[in-house]
Amino acid sequence: MKEEIIIAGFGGQGVLSMGKILAYSGLMQGQEVSWMPSYGPEQRGGTANVTVILSDERISSPVLNTYDTAIVLNQPSLERFESKVKPGGTLIFDGNGFHKFPTRTDINIYRIDATEYAFANNAAKTMNMIILGGLLKVRPIVQVANVLKGLKKSLPDRHHHLIPMNEKAIQTGMELIQKVN
Amino acid sequence: MTTNEIIDPANLVYTKTKVMNDTPMHYCPGCSHGVVHKLIAEVIEEMDFQEKTIGIAPVGCAVFAYKYLDIDWQQAAHGRAPALATAIKRLLPDRLVFTYQGDGDLAAIGTAETIHAANRGENITIIFINNGIYGMTGGQMAPTTLEGMKSATTPNGRNIALNGYPLNITKLLAELPGTCYVTRHSVHTVANVRKAKKAIRKAFENSMEGKGTSVVEIVSTCNSGWKLSPVASNDWMVENMFPAYPLGDLKNE
Amino acid sequence: MNDSKKHTVKEVRLMKGNEAIAHAAVRCGCDGYFGYPITPQSEIMETLMELEPWNTTGMVVLQAESETASINMVYGAAGCGKKSMTSSSSPGISLMQEGISYIACAELPCVIVNVMRGGPGLGTIQPSQADYYQSVKGGGHGDYKLITLAPASVQEMADYTVLAFELAFKYSTPSLILADGVIGQMMEKVILPPFQPRMTEAEIREKCPWATLGKTADRKPNIITSLCLQAEQMEAINLRLQKKYRDIEDNEVLFEEFSCEDAEYIIIAFGTTARVCQKAVEMARVEGIKAGLLRPITLFPFPTTAISNYADRIKAMLTVEMSAGQMVDDVRLAVNGRIPVEFYGRLGGIVPSPDEVLKALKDKIVIK
Ligand SMILES: Cc1ncc(C[n+]2csc(CCOP(=O)(O)OP(=O)(O)O)c2C)c(N)n1
Ligand code: SF4
Ligand SMILES: [Mg+2]
Repeated sequence: MKEEIIIAGFGGQGVLSMGKILAYSGLMQGQEVSWMPSYGPEQRGGTANVTVILSDERISSPVLNTYDTAIVLNQPSLERFESKVKPGGTLIFDGNGFHKFPTRTDINIYRIDATEYAFANNAAKTMNMIILGGLLKVRPIVQVANVLKGLKKSLPDRHHHLIPMNEKAIQTGMELIQKVN
Repeated sequence: MTTNEIIDPANLVYTKTKVMNDTPMHYCPGCSHGVVHKLIAEVIEEMDFQEKTIGIAPVGCAVFAYKYLDIDWQQAAHGRAPALATAIKRLLPDRLVFTYQGDGDLAAIGTAETIHAANRGENITIIFINNGIYGMTGGQMAPTTLEGMKSATTPNGRNIALNGYPLNITKLLAELPGTCYVTRHSVHTVANVRKAKKAIRKAFENSMEGKGTSVVEIVSTCNSGWKLSPVASNDWMVENMFPAYPLGDLKNE
Repeated sequence: MNDSKKHTVKEVRLMKGNEAIAHAAVRCGCDGYFGYPITPQSEIMETLMELEPWNTTGMVVLQAESETASINMVYGAAGCGKKSMTSSSSPGISLMQEGISYIACAELPCVIVNVMRGGPGLGTIQPSQADYYQSVKGGGHGDYKLITLAPASVQEMADYTVLAFELAFKYSTPSLILADGVIGQMMEKVILPPFQPRMTEAEIREKCPWATLGKTADRKPNIITSLCLQAEQMEAINLRLQKKYRDIEDNEVLFEEFSCEDAEYIIIAFGTTARVCQKAVEMARVEGIKAGLLRPITLFPFPTTAISNYADRIKAMLTVEMSAGQMVDDVRLAVNGRIPVEFYGRLGGIVPSPDEVLKALKDKIVIK
């Protein structure tokens, strides 16, 4: 199994940390993983993205130009990455603030209104976990148990009490995600 | 008022100086750099010096200062701005030459250039943005970082035993016979902005009168690096930076 | 779990290449790190500051006021036989060149890390490999060489930190780790090297009799210098350096091959670019093109013989770099005109994609 993922949005939407959690989850299930962020002032107020690869075999290129799955959380990211999803691949978007929507018909498109949900439910801190939940519903590439194990490993002890809240957010995301096409 | 009334030139109450162009600034919202840029631009316009000014941009968040002010600029290697300014002013003595530098640029990597230019009494103005941190590279310790202040390379706060003392470089520069005017300001209130602008004007005039080196320090905020909101940054600056770097003239000859 | 087991179980961790260097440095008994922040490698010093090794191994970590200061601090520490290092990215490494030349001439061991970004000038902070010439053809003034290691994974960032120190002390010469922004910023799995104690002063006196640790009654003063006003003596020093570099060429070449056994076309690439090219080779194989990859790990000493041997067996080579074409010169020297050696590169901070490399392979050598 090999999954090549891009996650893109505004800096501050938790894009890089969502990628990190995915990578840790892959680590927990014994996979090879790579996590390659966009870095530097590009993030300052602008867009951030991260390429995550999970694979059963040694990963060659950590830098890609097409992806199995793209998760886009703002308009510029949709415009940049919609065309880069492999035919038959998956595109997940959070519709908040979008005025143009994905148009491809040869890929599976899902919408998850995590921002809206997070605002309404005072859950901004777990927004990226909601989206991760949505991803795992439609692309079960890692087991939820391994996500939680990964969180435990990556979070300092003093934050371990937040894990149940994150688990709940994953469940929420699984319920929120909807197929669009 | 209708929109049309608002935009009617007859009702104009404020306009941006022509020395500043319309390029959107890359600075974080709340950053002091933008305000200081505007003051410099206004003074240049008021002195009618747009055609006679050469600015030296640093390496630091203000590396792109040259994008925003429509004057001639040179962009120096990190810390070397006073060296460039020295040569330019000596070759073009009737021009206004100023450097614009952060604390890392001026007081760490460029300390030697700063001190020697000031000590030679070069007829230049040094605008010094002291935000106590390396804004551009992601918030590492600067020479002016306060004791106990957290940064990416002092995760538990600046520890004197480990990192030495905060460097009050402006005070040091005031000691040098080559400087004629050394002053410290801030831009967090309207009153302070006005004072800072007057100081920049005086410094520029000194440079043109050949009085020696003028240094205008602006005690500034870096809300991104400090990890505080713009408003909280201003409060933090007043409470913590001002006692270490008190505002006012250090030298005025 | 009993204690012995605890020590044999190797913990797999996930971290950035920059972080791996910091951890490996502490673990391999480094005595001193001196640096100045610059993207994309600032995490090296940031991680060290978080690890606070002065409380555990006693390692000194100091943020200097510039790269000029950093490299000269390394010079001082190395002159005392201490395991010392610095790290920076392209512009900062340029600033260090004078100091590096002094250290090479004074024959002191140290490790320098360059996490390359796009130049020239202030350039960009995105990954690049355009400091190849600077690294292996001098950089600073005079006839000197740096042992140059090019990691292509986070694991290698850790492993080569240890190796770079070993080689530096073995040959009493500076080693350079030449990485790029991708490997510095990327997170991958890594198993950190085991802890090694720092050298004691007695060990330093024995291994590095030249170290300036204070003159004891039984020896003459030790003097670390690169100055020698008599040209004849300076020539002798140069000849000694050259002999050392030939020894290094004879003994320390490292490279890795991928799908080369039956290859008709071989791509030569190092670091991140080699990873991209490996994917391109996999894609080429699916299309039935017999492609392979040879990745130099040591850039000095360069795997000249291995490349030369392939020149008698295959049809053509393609060198791929994130530069305008620098290493390709060394490949051409090794091949010496026997087969075509083409070049594909991206400049200024752009990482080539596997598709682009495959297309270049087809357009430039397979179809021709
Ligand atoms: C020779 C060299 N070393 C390091 C850097 C990386 N660098 C860029 S800006 C900067 C620090 C800037 O801090 P400061 O001068 O305080 O300006 P600020 O961003 O806070 O306004 C550093 C270390 C560089 N560009 N060149
Ligand atoms: S990082 Fe700091 S100094 Fe730089 S633009 Fe942002 S607030 Fe200003
Ligand atoms: Mg600063």
